[in-house]
Amino acid sequence: MSGTPTPFAFRKHIGWCLLLLGALWSAAAHALSPEDAWALAEGDTATRIEALHRLALSDSQRAHDLIRALAREAVQVQGQQVLIADHGRWIDATTGAAVDGAGASAVMLNNRLRNALEQSLALLDLFDPDPMRQQAAAQRLRESQLTRPDPVLAAQIERALSPPYGQRLAAPARLVLEQAQAVVRLGSSDAPQRLAAAQVLAELGQPLVRNRLAEQLERESDPAVQQALRTAVAAIDRSLALAEVVRQVFAGISLGSILLLVALGLAITYGLLGVINMAHGELIMIGAYATFVVHALFQQFLPGWFEWYLLAALPIAFMASALVGALMERGVIRWLYGRPLETLLATWGISLILIQLVRSTFGAQNVAVVSPQWMSGGVEVMSGLTLPWNRIFIIAFAAAVVIGVALFIGRTRMGLFVRGVTQNRPMAACMGVNTARVDTLAFAFGSGIAGLAGVAVSQIGNVAPDLGQQYIIDSFMVVVLGGVGQLAGTVYAAMGLGVVNKFIEGWAGAVLAKIAVLVLIILIIQKRPQGLFALKGRSA
Amino acid sequence: MQRRTTLKAISAAAAASSVGALGASAALANPNAPIRIGVLHSLSGTMAISETALKDTVLMAVEEINGRGGVLGRRLEAVVVDPASNWPLFAELARRLLTQDRVAAVFGCWTSVSRKAVLPVFEELNGLLYYPVQYEGEEMSPNVFYTGAAPNQQAIPAVEYLMSPDGGAARRFVLLGTDYVYPRTTNRILRAFLRTRGVGSADIMEEYTPFGHSDYQTIIARIRQFAGQGVKTTVISTINGDSNVPFYRELGNQGVRATDVPVMAFSVGEEELRGVDTRPLVGHLAAWNYFMSLQNPANAEFIRKWTAFARARNIAGHRERPLTSDPMEATYIGINMWRQAVEQARSIEVDRVRVAMRGQTFQAPSGFQVRMDDRNHHLHKPVFVGEVRADGQFNVVWRTRAMVRAQPWSPFIEGNDRRPETPQRTR
Repeated sequence: MSGTPTPFAFRKHIGWCLLLLGALWSAAAHALSPEDAWALAEGDTATRIEALHRLALSDSQRAHDLIRALAREAVQVQGQQVLIADHGRWIDATTGAAVDGAGASAVMLNNRLRNALEQSLALLDLFDPDPMRQQAAAQRLRESQLTRPDPVLAAQIERALSPPYGQRLAAPARLVLEQAQAVVRLGSSDAPQRLAAAQVLAELGQPLVRNRLAEQLERESDPAVQQALRTAVAAIDRSLALAEVVRQVFAGISLGSILLLVALGLAITYGLLGVINMAHGELIMIGAYATFVVHALFQQFLPGWFEWYLLAALPIAFMASALVGALMERGVIRWLYGRPLETLLATWGISLILIQLVRSTFGAQNVAVVSPQWMSGGVEVMSGLTLPWNRIFIIAFAAAVVIGVALFIGRTRMGLFVRGVTQNRPMAACMGVNTARVDTLAFAFGSGIAGLAGVAVSQIGNVAPDLGQQYIIDSFMVVVLGGVGQLAGTVYAAMGLGVVNKFIEGWAGAVLAKIAVLVLIILIIQKRPQGLFALKGRSA
Repeated sequence: MQRRTTLKAISAAAAASSVGALGASAALANPNAPIRIGVLHSLSGTMAISETALKDTVLMAVEEINGRGGVLGRRLEAVVVDPASNWPLFAELARRLLTQDRVAAVFGCWTSVSRKAVLPVFEELNGLLYYPVQYEGEEMSPNVFYTGAAPNQQAIPAVEYLMSPDGGAARRFVLLGTDYVYPRTTNRILRAFLRTRGVGSADIMEEYTPFGHSDYQTIIARIRQFAGQGVKTTVISTINGDSNVPFYRELGNQGVRATDVPVMAFSVGEEELRGVDTRPLVGHLAAWNYFMSLQNPANAEFIRKWTAFARARNIAGHRERPLTSDPMEATYIGINMWRQAVEQARSIEVDRVRVAMRGQTFQAPSGFQVRMDDRNHHLHKPVFVGEVRADGQFNVVWRTRAMVRAQPWSPFIEGNDRRPETPQRTR
């Protein structure tokens, strides 16, 4: 890129045209003066942005390096010297010489500067050899043109698309840039140009584009263009409406998958064994804290493998919660079988003990569980619809856990015993099944599933000692609604509640949605006390 | 036999009661007995995340004051109780602190609903409460000193910054909060303020979530939609407690960047960001009267003291990564001003301390000499706007030139112009 004149960015102010002359003159020097570097690093925002534009359109490689360093927040000042910090080493921004910057302090950025920086960088990157960077730069310019139409930037885009620059653009970047150009041409005085612009923009289903098209439609006089604009607006409206439905369904399934994960363990301990376990939420919390511990150990001892700590956390969280569950069952619950009220009180007491234990060990504050990089961010599936990776993974994880539980209960010898004991305990005992041992193992298994739920919620919510309290009500809600003793019912109830909740939230707000869902459940339970999917026959 | 035991019982009871009476009067009269102060912060429940550090700040200040010989030559003794984020329990424990423990002053409360719960107790028993958190105003009790910010010391300057060129010249606002009195009142004030600046109600979206809400998918999608209209939009967040963690996480994951839609938060400080990966949040904003990142000798000293105290007391979280925050600073200012007022009044009697509090000054960690107003029981404070950094600290991007006098009765709420400028009992 060095040595080629890069297109320059100009904003509204006329005074900058004078700056242009000055800049062209100073660009001949091909160097970065200490004064210019200082003007970019310190001072009030307007002056710094002026300096930024001046440096961006200069030919100086050092100036461009400084701009890039500023964008990644690596510029520091020491005295009157501007430094670029790079992994504990410093170079002087004007000379490139290595210096000792131990006493330097970072320069400040604000959002106005960041926006200006991004735009300057986009113009610099537009002719980068890497087509991906070209495209990202073009998208940035298109975005900026859509939010704040700027005639000077428009001229730059026009120029970038025309020869000789145009040939250096890769096809995808070119397409994006043509869309940016169309935004401007939409307001042109030439009707065929407006028509073409409307057609180009129709393919870009963004709300911002829709607004520009609708604005133009209001003042459009040419019938052909009017028609094209109307079609374009309708097309974008359709695609936005579709995106909205997809988004709501996804949000509902995502919420449902979390409900499912937190309720699944309870579906086993409460649904199959009949234990009202008020400490279920705390078993989830223990799973989340186990994740935190694994996360901290990886951070300290295996930083190279940090991205994969979740895989190690899964078995550890499962074992931790299962162990606590087994201890609870052996120590307390087995003495209380058949006495639901006492079980309820005793497990509630255990939940308080567990909360306080964790609070004394880890502190009352939330602990930070950093998601691995592959769980952060999202994927843009349609324009205006970004699905976060962590939610996608949790949906997949919930599905995997449900399949695992179904296989365990339905296909293994242990699962057979569990089903036998829950259906007819004396008969199972007569057949030689050690029912006490089955109880303990089944309870531990249900608790372990709660631990797995803890791993999942640590990736989307808070990890605090009282984390379990916000999930316990939801868990019981799902299990009771689905029908006690029914794994399939739990799945339907969780997904149903998730989707209904999100659709109501969409038009009534989060507070009302929560209330509406509770009312809905009360009505359903009134009508069907056994839950939606009660077992039919004698055992129900 | 029976008579003898009865006699014994009677004499024992008499002896016990006289000792008790002696003890009580000795505590009041004995010039060397410690002065008790109450600490009324939730150490469990939802608010523990924020309030625990304030309890420790009081204890740190007590240790420091005792190290310098106490107050009026007497040691301070902190009586710590745990109201467990349970609002009625706040009132009950406040009564116990004032009647049984006979504390000279109470340092406590975070949420406005807890302050409203204890207010009648303090007014009835003529106690003294130091309240250290920014709040919605609309209150001025003779029994409370407010060391946090009133709306004009936080919310209004923050919105003015957002509307300035440096703040992005926002003309469209999302008012997002937790559903209780503080966010609702603040947003009422902001709505009225924005109207005076020409922002119509079509450009304001107001949204509330329940306490502890953790699924922000829908709300953030709606914010994106609202912001996608081609007018610079910002979010003003009065989300309280740990809901902030899922909120900011979802914000990062859905790719809402600070350069496009900045979020200005009023209840998010260094402590609240502890549980969050702040790298995707760089550039989002918070408004406070203090930031840990401020560079001045008073702050360096404050951080040094807190670090040493957190290490010595093994305070979870803070022993590895000590953090200070605005409410901690306000707590520290409060207890030090109380000490100065007691020394000036040469008494711990509430009525005399109250008079002595007027016009007290203190070299605060914010770097300013903050002053208690002569009349309205609120501080004159500086206002800062900070940007989230990748390390979870804040860069100050804007500050007031001078200190701002509090307006507890916001002029943007109708009828407040007729309110008296001096504290009145609520009933």
